[in-house]
Amino acid sequence: MLDAIGVERIEDLFDEIPDSLRQASIEAVPSGMSEMEVAQLMRRRAARDEQPACFLGAGAYDHHVPAAVWEITTRGEYYSAYTPYQAEASQGTLQLLYEFQTMMSELTGLYASNASLYDGATALAESVLMAVRANRKAKSKRILMPRSVHPYYRRVVETIVANQGIDLVEVPLEDSVGRIDPEALAQQEEEPFAALVVPQPNFFGALEEVDRLTDWAHERNALVIGLCNPVALALLTPPGEWGSTGADIACGEGQPLGIPLSSGGPYFGYMTTRKDYVRQLPGRIVGRTVDADGRTGYTLTLQAREQHIRRSKATSNICTNQGLMVTAATIHLALLGAEGLARVAAVSHERTRELVQKLTAIDGVERLFDGPFFHEVPLRLPVPAREVLPALADRGVLGGFDLGEAFPEWGPALLVCATETRTSEEIDQFAAALAEILEKAGQPASA
Amino acid sequence: MSQIPEDLKYTRNHEWVRVEADGSATVGITEHAQESLGDLVFVEPPEVGTQVQPEEACAVVESVKAASDVYAPISGEVTESNDELADSPETVNNDPYGEGWIFRVQPADTGELDNLLDASAYQELVAEED
Repeated sequence: MLDAIGVERIEDLFDEIPDSLRQASIEAVPSGMSEMEVAQLMRRRAARDEQPACFLGAGAYDHHVPAAVWEITTRGEYYSAYTPYQAEASQGTLQLLYEFQTMMSELTGLYASNASLYDGATALAESVLMAVRANRKAKSKRILMPRSVHPYYRRVVETIVANQGIDLVEVPLEDSVGRIDPEALAQQEEEPFAALVVPQPNFFGALEEVDRLTDWAHERNALVIGLCNPVALALLTPPGEWGSTGADIACGEGQPLGIPLSSGGPYFGYMTTRKDYVRQLPGRIVGRTVDADGRTGYTLTLQAREQHIRRSKATSNICTNQGLMVTAATIHLALLGAEGLARVAAVSHERTRELVQKLTAIDGVERLFDGPFFHEVPLRLPVPAREVLPALADRGVLGGFDLGEAFPEWGPALLVCATETRTSEEIDQFAAALAEILEKAGQPASA
Repeated sequence: MSQIPEDLKYTRNHEWVRVEADGSATVGITEHAQESLGDLVFVEPPEVGTQVQPEEACAVVESVKAASDVYAPISGEVTESNDELADSPETVNNDPYGEGWIFRVQPADTGELDNLLDASAYQELVAEED
């Protein structure tokens, strides 16, 4: 066969890959284990998790998932990771995805939804790419990216769009409130920009002034990308109704809708947009139609956007989605209903208020910002969070996200979160543990 | 054999160009192009006021089986777009050289029109591709 294609050695086929990249050694990979050994290893590792009280959010949230969600999701009829091409054999899954799209459209107040993307961070990257394509007035590849967007999301977006000539301009925070600084934003209006990203709630759980921001961007011919926690949207104004004309694209992380934390994935991203831009939307879209006999049917639609037709000019080369996660999310939302989801959001907010009240009662612990929040709040600590968190973990508390690395300018700070699953007892336990740890840490100084 | 009117200019990308009495250039896709694409379901003309360059993708036509860019044949400013096509993209299939026009350009340099193909040269191109 090598003769037939005119190559001497099999290595010659890999000529294109530089030598430096071909040095990878697999010596670090251990030899195989038996099924029994693997099961034992995994049980030991799982036991290490114990069951800490989780006050860590920062993008993934510990919500209650009714047992029925995964019981139904893992039935044979639904148990598939993919969006089905073959409409005649997949009406059930297609109808479920159509329901998912309808729910996301309603939650975000926008006309059209795709059938999901990989996760929240990549959904934001796709939204940025889409905004640059869709905004034909601005003729700009600048995107205003506030510092109140999750720092990991900003890194993912940078990685995905950097080589497409898209310029991500960082918008600083207004220090006292932890939101987009309107004055810093105003300085960006000299040059055209394709879109402004508006996180709601933002990475710090704070509520941005979405109406004013949306109108400001639209007056400057830019689009608005709303990056939203879907649970929060059960209470907050949906992006489609922000300002006088509404945001143009909404996206975000779908994990809070029935997906377990499971060490960071698999999750899913959602993305919706207004009707004018539906052809710029990446990913699969399921449509409802009628067959030759006039009966309702579901099928993939608007496929001319996709890479199997549009090739290199496709709206996205992420072609698959997170079908199984979306199946769970749809069942989760159907079980909760609009009222149930709003209650989850309201109780999470109440628990967080209680948490903040009890933690800020401790000497040296105070809120970093004033202003309204959803279910997450940054707190100033008297000692670095990285010293506090392991001690909390020893006391059965997952204490939050250390803001020290991404936002060193604030000094020691911890982002804490409480969902509806945190009890008053657990909040008391957290407060007591933190007070004790800080007292110990403070002793040498006060002695 | 698809129709190739004698009085039009053509591009290698299967656009046609008609120079109007007021000096503007009307652009559409040829009958051969619409036949190859099949039933159109969507046409996105360029925004009026856009400056275009030769070979620059400035419009999109989408059929049930394909999506294709429409390229500007010459440089200039887009002065008009056929907004009727938003509701009736099939007009491009039914009347590609008439009601199915896509946009008008005010040429920046009329000399560029001489770079375009005439009907017989375009006919040869189509014959080669078939």
